[in-house]
Amino acid sequence: MNTPFAIEVDKLTKRFGDFIAVNAITFKVKKGEIFGFLGANGAGKTTAIKMLIGLSKPTEGMGKIAGFNVDTEPEKIKKNIGYMSQKFSLYDDLTVVENIQFYGGIYGLSRKKIKEKTTEILEELELTEVSKSLVISLPLGWKQRLAFAISMVHDPEIVFLDEPTGGVDPRVRRQFWETIYQVAEKGRTVFVTTHYMDEAEYCDRVSIMVAGKIEALDTPHNLKQQFEATSMDEVFLKLAR
Amino acid sequence: MNILAYIIQKEFIQIIRNKAILPMMTVLPIVQLIVLSNAASNEVKNVNVVVVDMDQSESSRTLNHKIIANDRITLVATSFNTNEAYFYLQENTSDIVIEIPPNFENDYINGKQPKIQLLVNATNGQQAIVGSGYLKAIVASFNAKLIQKVIPDISISKQSNTTISSRYWYNPELKYTHFMAPGILAQLTALLTIILSAMNVVREREVGTIEQINVTPLKKWQFILGKLIPFLCIGLVLFTVGIIASKLIFNIPILGNLLLLFGYTTLNIIAVLGLGLLISNFADTQQQAIFIAFFFIIIFVLMSGLFTPIDSMPKWAQQLTIGNPLAHFISVSRKVLMKGSGFWNIRFEFLYTFILAFIFNGLAVWSYKKQV
Repeated sequence: MNTPFAIEVDKLTKRFGDFIAVNAITFKVKKGEIFGFLGANGAGKTTAIKMLIGLSKPTEGMGKIAGFNVDTEPEKIKKNIGYMSQKFSLYDDLTVVENIQFYGGIYGLSRKKIKEKTTEILEELELTEVSKSLVISLPLGWKQRLAFAISMVHDPEIVFLDEPTGGVDPRVRRQFWETIYQVAEKGRTVFVTTHYMDEAEYCDRVSIMVAGKIEALDTPHNLKQQFEATSMDEVFLKLAR
Repeated sequence: MNILAYIIQKEFIQIIRNKAILPMMTVLPIVQLIVLSNAASNEVKNVNVVVVDMDQSESSRTLNHKIIANDRITLVATSFNTNEAYFYLQENTSDIVIEIPPNFENDYINGKQPKIQLLVNATNGQQAIVGSGYLKAIVASFNAKLIQKVIPDISISKQSNTTISSRYWYNPELKYTHFMAPGILAQLTALLTIILSAMNVVREREVGTIEQINVTPLKKWQFILGKLIPFLCIGLVLFTVGIIASKLIFNIPILGNLLLLFGYTTLNIIAVLGLGLLISNFADTQQQAIFIAFFFIIIFVLMSGLFTPIDSMPKWAQQLTIGNPLAHFISVSRKVLMKGSGFWNIRFEFLYTFILAFIFNGLAVWSYKKQV
């Protein structure tokens, strides 16, 4: 248990028939790190994440999340991770508070803890006024931040964010990244995918996936040097051609 | 246990916010009960008859009057020509042509046993059999009277032979609605709960919330049970509304123990919900779920004994109905309400439904995959 790594992945592979969606990816993520998981559309990012969070069984290879095996202990992993999918997945027909209570409830938090968490989230996201509104009536940016907060309602060690800032305005994106930094400062690991290359610059380390394989993995600074590029944008374009 | 309470609470909030469900639970069953109990009737209330009287005697006219006097028989036409009468059959304006041959009265008096012919439109078998039955009964009673009249000195009039007197138990007035309403009630409850549950999990899959649920450590049985309990409540409310409506509208008999009926209903709804959730697990879209659910519903309804008695099905079909929760439900509902049956009389229904509930729900939990 006492490894410095939150995520250890070794030759993790997923095949669908003849198609290899994820091809033997290998990497490690340190505790408290913000890890950017980049790649073009269809490169296999989402499939890879689904294996890491226990939604999809790997065909081959080994993965350890928070010390648990992705193949054999997915339910133990689930207690220790949070996940926010690229598809918005709160209940539209529940209010803000009801959503927090429901997810807190199924993570097995105590009634008192749920109450604390509710106040905390409402205050942090400044949602107190709309706490009794249905989630469907909120603007997308608010919904996404709420989804992020709810994915961490049980204080997980690691949080997986699959394109959390897709479709939100620059101000909300900024707030989002401020929250991500706060989370990382508390020692939690953030695993994030994105298509915004400026966001990639905020990450501690970045991997770039091309056609199921990880083609590059380093800090944004080193990657730019390695590929003789001035921005992450250029690095990405050079790789993902 | 606490976790389960949160799921149930959430389902109830969603159900209450869903504007379609409340009318589905109240208006729908009442409308269906009224319409179906009255309309879905196998009773033959009207038989159209054409009389071809080629005798034109006193006897033939007496028979004619007797036929017309029956309130379930309508005389469409009288004719002297058989071909013309056939035309009415062909046109569907007549169900039966009754032909009285020439010299009917003479032959009768002379003891030659004249023959009356019934030509029956048997496109609808039920209508044909029941209709010709009515006419046969009329002819038979006419026959008996005529014998007394023509041959009064024979001691037949003393009627030393056996007579049959029937008394109709459990439904003495032979009210069709008393028979149909309990069955339709059961069918409605099963139908609504199976559709609601089949749609529910699929909807979460379509919207994407199920993925969020699947990354939580929630246990499979907690998830299924959390879905089952709210729908069970809906089913019981629907059934209660239906019973009250049937009592108020049709004054159906409630002879048996209502607690027993509700106990069985609970078990049956659990079985049906299990099937609904099972369907839900295999469907990717709500459309698929509805199609699969309909496949089962049609088989269940047509083989439930609601419209056609299970006893008159072929042996293999009768055995198949053991796997039909609706057949047991209708049987229990009729037995308890109309006959006042106790637990011992419906023990097999209990047993079969229990097994079905176990199988369906077991499969539902098993086939619900948190991981693909």
